Amino acid sequence: MAVRTETASLRRPSPALRWVRENLFNNWYNSVLTVIFGALFIWVGFSLLRWVFFRAEWEIVRVNLTLFMVGRFPRDELARIWVSNYMIVGAIGLMAGAATASAAAAAKEAGLPFVQSKLQDLIQRFWPVLLLVAALLQFSRTWTPTIMTVGMVVIGVAARFAGLHLPRVIRRYAWVLVALLLIGAYGALVWFGGFGWDDWGGLHLTLFVTVAGIILAFPLGLLFALGRRSTLPLVRLLSVTYIEFIRGVPLITLLLMGAFALKFLLPPGMDLSLVSRLVVAIMLFTAAYVAENVRGGLQAVPKGQTEAGQALGLPAWKVMRLIVLPQALRAVIPAMVGQFISLFKDTSLLVVVGVFELLAVSSIANNQPEFLGKGLAEVTLPFVAVIYWVGAYTMSRESRRLEKKLGVGER
Amino acid sequence: MTVARETKTGTARPPFWRDVKVLRIVAQLVAGAGSVALLWYLGSNLTTNLTAQGISTDFGFLDQPAGVTVPGSDFRSSQPISDILVLGIKNTFALVIVGIPLLTILGTLIGIGRLSSNWLVRKAATAYVETLRNIPPLLVIIFTNTAVILASLPRIQEAWQPFDLFVLSNRELAVPWFTAGDGSGAYLGVLAAGVVASIAVWIWRTRQFDATGTPHHRFFWGTGVFLLFAVVGFFVIGNPYSLSRPELEGLVITGGISNISAYFAVLLALVIYTASHVAEIVRGSIQAVAKGQTEAANALALSSFQRLRFVVLPQAFRIAIPPLINQFLNFTKNSSLAIAIGYSEITLVVFQAIGNGQPAPQLIIILMGAYLLFSLSISLLINILNRRLQLVTN
Repeated sequence: MAVRTETASLRRPSPALRWVRENLFNNWYNSVLTVIFGALFIWVGFSLLRWVFFRAEWEIVRVNLTLFMVGRFPRDELARIWVSNYMIVGAIGLMAGAATASAAAAAKEAGLPFVQSKLQDLIQRFWPVLLLVAALLQFSRTWTPTIMTVGMVVIGVAARFAGLHLPRVIRRYAWVLVALLLIGAYGALVWFGGFGWDDWGGLHLTLFVTVAGIILAFPLGLLFALGRRSTLPLVRLLSVTYIEFIRGVPLITLLLMGAFALKFLLPPGMDLSLVSRLVVAIMLFTAAYVAENVRGGLQAVPKGQTEAGQALGLPAWKVMRLIVLPQALRAVIPAMVGQFISLFKDTSLLVVVGVFELLAVSSIANNQPEFLGKGLAEVTLPFVAVIYWVGAYTMSRESRRLEKKLGVGER
Repeated sequence: MTVARETKTGTARPPFWRDVKVLRIVAQLVAGAGSVALLWYLGSNLTTNLTAQGISTDFGFLDQPAGVTVPGSDFRSSQPISDILVLGIKNTFALVIVGIPLLTILGTLIGIGRLSSNWLVRKAATAYVETLRNIPPLLVIIFTNTAVILASLPRIQEAWQPFDLFVLSNRELAVPWFTAGDGSGAYLGVLAAGVVASIAVWIWRTRQFDATGTPHHRFFWGTGVFLLFAVVGFFVIGNPYSLSRPELEGLVITGGISNISAYFAVLLALVIYTASHVAEIVRGSIQAVAKGQTEAANALALSSFQRLRFVVLPQAFRIAIPPLINQFLNFTKNSSLAIAIGYSEITLVVFQAIGNGQPAPQLIIILMGAYLLFSLSISLLINILNRRLQLVTN
């Protein structure tokens, strides 16, 4: 025994070799698996790279890039979309700056160290988005999008700087400014002879439908979550019925309802556009899932909190509003990001009822005379898939980060 | 206690607008009346609008001829709509019954792979999960249909015919299938009896094991009994089913089941998509098994396979069952996405019927009802199963 350890220590392999032995060749079947999977990795990697850089005919994406991004939005009015984007970026920058400033102030007050996120971290967190934007700009045939994107970055950084250095009094009301900017971003598209939902398309529409769906669904979902936790049997029954009914049917049945049956449920003479009806259907669908998420958050708040509130003599609604909900909603944020991701992916179903979203653009591009019958779905579908993947993957990582930061799931 | 009761009876009741009992009843009445009013309002709008447009408000249209044909089946367009709805439900079931075992196996393998001690296997499993989980299932379905199944198969003129059992081409895909002969009904009865008998044997072996400790081998006993019934019944009744092979004559395929490329595309896509979610559940459940269990198994010198098979996985599956069944439900609901590539499951059938001018509200109610019935019965099953599988802890 002693002799063997001695020889082993005499021939101690280098750390790299030891890593290889421990992680790849620690027993016979792992060695076999390593060989098989190593070959698989090399083959897949090689064919993927060859396909991306040599085989794939990206011309179809180049020609239709605008169609993929904004659908049939009138081409000489594209400036509206850029203005709207500027406002959104400004709002996000302002919000981020103000939030960082308040967090720093709070940390200072509590005497805790405050670590600001560095540029390097941001790149590490958002590399898929950065790569996607670079790829999209590379596909563009003019310089306008690149200049505009650089402008967006500048505005975003400037807005963040402004948010960071707002006087404290104004900072408390920064959210008003943010809300105004977001409303302005919508208005830039719609007001002054602009264009409503039905003229939007592509990625732009996908993102807007997702955001609108989740924002509209939240109040309704909160209501149903509170209803499900209520002590009133009838209210509970109604909420449970609604939630279980919606969760029991696929989204597509609700979209079919939105497309073909909702118009019969509205009062005679009242008419909503197709996309608006579908957003209503998405809202009704998402509300049930939001309700279940919020219910999870409500259940996570210890009972002692409610009891403490009651002991202070607060009425029930104040206990809910001031003590339970703030804690519950904080715990729900990661789950809500998850809901946002799944809604983002689910918007692809809109193609079935004839909405001009990403997948619809893909099939339209393939039916254009110059690309018809060339089997280019092999190019456009992966392109669309990458867009979805970048969005969903980045958000899911952010949600995991938030989960860790908020300490949810660790009790 | 007594003091509290006395003070309660001693004080006068608060005025009714502050009396909790009254307020509770009022709140419920308001909620109930509000919901009824909303439903009544929507219902009256519905009937008004439908009558104004001359659309029927009852379910009588179900007896009218469907007016569509279904590729890959002998459905005639003169058959009533109710028949095509039943066919749609059957097609949905055909996806679910084949898909669920496949995705469970694939997902479990990948979930175990994510925890492998082999770095490459771990990375491969992670790449699989992170890729598929983050793209829409509809996109996966369309991609497998257009870019994998249709693009990789040869034209029908030079179709592949491996073993003379299959015909694979990009226009039609055909596999062998059974055709029912005489006595097929009786044979199905025999099979049902076989299932009952094998369950009985299973229970008997379990009791035997509990009483005496002899190895139960209930899986082999159960399967053996069922196979016995199946084989003996087959020869006693005399070929109740025969195998029909697809044959290519010119450009037409006869026999077997043909025209099922859409079925395969949906099956493949949804299985690989849902497996990515199942893998995460399996991984989480394995990690949730107490570490001491693994260490105990190691201390007993069990091999890594034995450790997984007899110690970790049985406990992991107990944790995994509720979320797993949730994924099965998601699979069933996602099967509705087959509408995008023309596989005639229930949603596509309803969609086509609406396109043919049949009343949409009633059809959508039937569609939702079908999914709901399925989901709720599965939920009930989960609850029963959960109660039985829960560990008894004091």
